Amino acid sequence: MHEIGIANSVLDAVRAERRRFPARHIYKVGVRIGELAGVDPDAMSFCFEALVRGTELEPLALEIEFCARRYQCRSCGRSYAAPKEDLACPDCGVRDSQFLGGDELELAYLEVEDGTRATRA
Amino acid sequence: MERVPLERKVLSENDRIAASLGARFAAANILCLNLISSPGSGKTSLLERTLESFDRRERVAVLTGDIQTENDARRLARFGFPVRQITTGGTCHLDARMIERALLDWRLEDLDLLMIENVGNLVCPSSYDLGESAKIVVLSVTEGEDKPLKYPSIFHKSELLILNKIDLLPYVPFDVVAAEANARSIHRDMDIVRVSCQTREGMAEWLSWLDRKRKVSRAAAAAC
Repeated sequence: MHEIGIANSVLDAVRAERRRFPARHIYKVGVRIGELAGVDPDAMSFCFEALVRGTELEPLALEIEFCARRYQCRSCGRSYAAPKEDLACPDCGVRDSQFLGGDELELAYLEVEDGTRATRA
Repeated sequence: MERVPLERKVLSENDRIAASLGARFAAANILCLNLISSPGSGKTSLLERTLESFDRRERVAVLTGDIQTENDARRLARFGFPVRQITTGGTCHLDARMIERALLDWRLEDLDLLMIENVGNLVCPSSYDLGESAKIVVLSVTEGEDKPLKYPSIFHKSELLILNKIDLLPYVPFDVVAAEANARSIHRDMDIVRVSCQTREGMAEWLSWLDRKRKVSRAAAAAC
């Protein structure tokens, strides 16, 4: 259960980014979580909401993009998202694929109030 | 509403410290291994068997992480090598800053192998790099052979799977072949070694894996 620490790291990043947008509210932060990141999206959302409640960051939503394990077949070249228990290429059935992604734990974007009152850096 | 792209890692602060540790290990020609498993799968026993096999002049040290108690450090200190306990006080994994702090007064130049025993947990330690050269996952035959499918992250990230407690195979319904196939369905090129810390079966194979790694690490250092 390390999602609370990870949610906290997301909020640290949001707090740091607020300095770039001093007069604007940040409404949403987008996070990419891969199937192999070892982070549970539901637990992450639960921790995030608990940490945001009652702080200056409210209202702040978390949007999670969950990313499947992705491979490319070394035999036929097809790129595919692998189901949980089999890495074999869905086209040619060969089990010789290169890992492309699926272990992401990344901050993707912020949704910030429109910048009519933005201050210049 | 304006969408502002960020595109960076959530744990970038941990990654920054891990990268600096990794650079220090490389500069001191240290092979650093991060051992991860669920609680009770035998990480400490494996380290005991490993340390007892080393000549006392070997430049080896261990950091061992637990939520509470210094028990593991006491067990491992008997072999005469530097051992330090990291008690996390509740945190379910080690992070790079804990390693940095634990190494503060150690001379890295005096070491060439550092083994880190993570907190017993198959999930959280996989997210936190510690500057290690490789992660090793330990799985014991009293757990399920579907562990690699349930906890794919750590099997994906580990170079070696140590299948421990194989002396118990006659007494437990554990399908070794299925367990290894499951691990390889997550990580095709994973090395696998079967060991028993009780009978010492497979220890020679584990030690020769370790030896190969140390040689590769030394060769890489010499090439720099």
